Amino acid sequence: MPISLKGGKERTMKLELHRVKISKLAWGDATSAKDGVLTVNKEELLSVLAGDERLTKVDVDFAQPGESVRILPVKDVVEPRFKLEGAGGVFPGMLSDVETVGEGKTLVLSGAAVVTTGKIVRFQEGIIDMSGPGAEYTPYSATCNVVVILENAKGIDKHEYETACRMAGLKAAAYLAEKCAGAKVDAVETYESLSLKDMPAPPTLPKVAYLYMLQSQGLLHDTYLYGVDVKKILPTYLNPTEVMDGAIVSGNCVSACDKNNTYVHQNNPVIANMFKRHGVDFNFIGCIVTNENVTLLDKRRSSSYAVKLARTLGVDGLLISEEGFGNPDADLIMNCWKAERAGIKTTLLTDEYAGQDGASQSLADSCVEGDACVTAGNANEVIVLPPMDKVIGEPEEANVIAGGWQGSLAADGTITVELQAILGSTSELGYTKLGAYTI
Amino acid sequence: MSYRIVHYINQFYAGIGGEEKADIRPEIREGVVGPGMALKGALGSEATVVATVICGDSYFASNMEQASAEILEMMKQYKPDAVVAGPAFNAGRYGTACGAICEAVMKNLGIPAVSGMYPENPGVEMYKKSFYIVETPDSAVGMRKAIPAMAKLVLKLLKGETLGTPAEEGYIERGIRKNKFYDKLAAERAVDMFVAKLQGKPFVTEYPMPVFDRVPPNPAVKDMKNATIALVTSGGICPKGNPDHIEASSASKFGEYDITDVKDLTCDDFCTAHGGYDATYADQDADRVLPVDVLRDMEKEGVFKKLYNKFYSTVGNGTAVASAKKFGAEIARKLIADGVTAVILTST
Repeated sequence: MPISLKGGKERTMKLELHRVKISKLAWGDATSAKDGVLTVNKEELLSVLAGDERLTKVDVDFAQPGESVRILPVKDVVEPRFKLEGAGGVFPGMLSDVETVGEGKTLVLSGAAVVTTGKIVRFQEGIIDMSGPGAEYTPYSATCNVVVILENAKGIDKHEYETACRMAGLKAAAYLAEKCAGAKVDAVETYESLSLKDMPAPPTLPKVAYLYMLQSQGLLHDTYLYGVDVKKILPTYLNPTEVMDGAIVSGNCVSACDKNNTYVHQNNPVIANMFKRHGVDFNFIGCIVTNENVTLLDKRRSSSYAVKLARTLGVDGLLISEEGFGNPDADLIMNCWKAERAGIKTTLLTDEYAGQDGASQSLADSCVEGDACVTAGNANEVIVLPPMDKVIGEPEEANVIAGGWQGSLAADGTITVELQAILGSTSELGYTKLGAYTI
Repeated sequence: MSYRIVHYINQFYAGIGGEEKADIRPEIREGVVGPGMALKGALGSEATVVATVICGDSYFASNMEQASAEILEMMKQYKPDAVVAGPAFNAGRYGTACGAICEAVMKNLGIPAVSGMYPENPGVEMYKKSFYIVETPDSAVGMRKAIPAMAKLVLKLLKGETLGTPAEEGYIERGIRKNKFYDKLAAERAVDMFVAKLQGKPFVTEYPMPVFDRVPPNPAVKDMKNATIALVTSGGICPKGNPDHIEASSASKFGEYDITDVKDLTCDDFCTAHGGYDATYADQDADRVLPVDVLRDMEKEGVFKKLYNKFYSTVGNGTAVASAKKFGAEIARKLIADGVTAVILTST
């Protein structure tokens, strides 16, 4: 990765996303993008991923929209991006240097994705179907997926295997995008992270921030911010454009439906929609990132600190998104009532575990202040996934995956599981149209 | 084709009598009786009321199981496609009977059932999760409103049409969450709601915050020296290989495992079934989640009399509150029956 220390002189951080649209994958001699086709040189990609002693076997395959293909067990999804101009490189502190990102120009292979697979924690990897009923529930049935299949060396610990898989995904994504620098750009989008000083002066519009909760329960429930394990952070301020350059990377092995994959962080739809309303309905002053540690002490510390940041920034409202369920529900609720009692209006974005029959309480914690709540659906609802012509990975994992049970996989390849097992199906960054209502 | 419907009413609406006739046993008559006439009219040509079951409210209340079984048998002979019960308005025993019958019909005959009640009828709280109950006024004055609404709902169910919200369809909210695809991404819906709330405009939350049971812990055990202590966990500890196949998430069962003579949970014999955390450390030493080793030491030291010779285990990860409640009640029954004094609950 090239390292540039040329930070902007302006207070405003301006980032241009240069989108090269991809609608098809093909193998070829040179990795490049042209006329919507991403051509991949398999040997070269494998050579980029080679040399990790933690992995005994690395292979690459394609899965494209509409194909009768099932991928499982999936660990993460990453969008290929490459920094054309501006300080730092993509996935700072992880793949690139630690320099602050979020300004300049970033190339995006829109419509393409790197999907990493491997039996890491087994329970906590997910399913992607490229067609059929399951495809409607995962956003990754609509992307042209370069699937990286990763087998671990015998005897290594799960967390070492997770690191190897995480790094392989980032490397593959950065490699693909870098090789396409120079391709014809289909669209340019410009985003500006304004400094507080430059926010429109007459305070006619409310000031708002996004409280961005990151999974940090530990033991492979980890998320990284500039390479820092967010278990170890205090809540902090982040510009939305930094997220677009991969400042947040998922290291999660949790239930597939509501872990926020790296791809969704890069394309965070909350940030996208906050930008859309910025200057119209409110002034969006940026993100406060916080964690979801397991101890009560940590929960109290982080929620109080995050709300203090919001108060100091003078915000009138906080949109709060959760990651995961159960234990992190306590963090969500604490953030909610602490903000509300400080006079800050909140809206919550979460998902539900209401049981297969939908008759149980959907959250593990509750407060009266949580009167504005959007959910991405009940993860316990059961779905039948008919057999596919091709399975990349190991179908029998369906019997042990979170959301599956002994017998989930039928002899003919049909899989009956809860939506929980489908990657990104109840995305708590709100990346799907799924929701729930009460009958 | 016309759908076949069996109607259930009580002795009062059948014109047999009031309280003095409330103990009459169930009977079935061909065609419509009492309010069945209005139901017939509301159903039009799409469905026919083929028979009416009549039962006394007191008889049903005192013989619920037997009466339900008898009534189901009677109904079966008429090969119904659906059952309509009531409306019961605010009559408590009648509402309960309608609820019990409809629940049994859904469960045993696998066909739709619909009733109508006033929201405060006790039958609502008892049975609303099992089937659709149309909201009615509190007395028979509301018959003209109730019957068409019930007819409309049962026809929709028979045709397999997707039902809208309680407000749209006129049924009492059942408290059941159903998924659906909205027109907008959840993120966009959240920002819409956020803007409405900021501007003080009306908005409807997608999920009203739940209300929980808060269980006060029992007072401390006074006589520890003579106490039998049990271990129960939602951390998924089980014999190696997870013989009962307890699910990694959304558990449908709990396991009962004998630890007579077990002094320490070793990695040769025990592991975890839990899918919500990295199992590495629990698999290395399951005492980290279920501290049998420490409790055996305390038993030896005489801190308490005995460690109960079984432990109960399930997986808390994504498991529905209703399932957890059921497991808890069953486990507690077993522990009480075996004279356990106190239980240590470990989670993860």
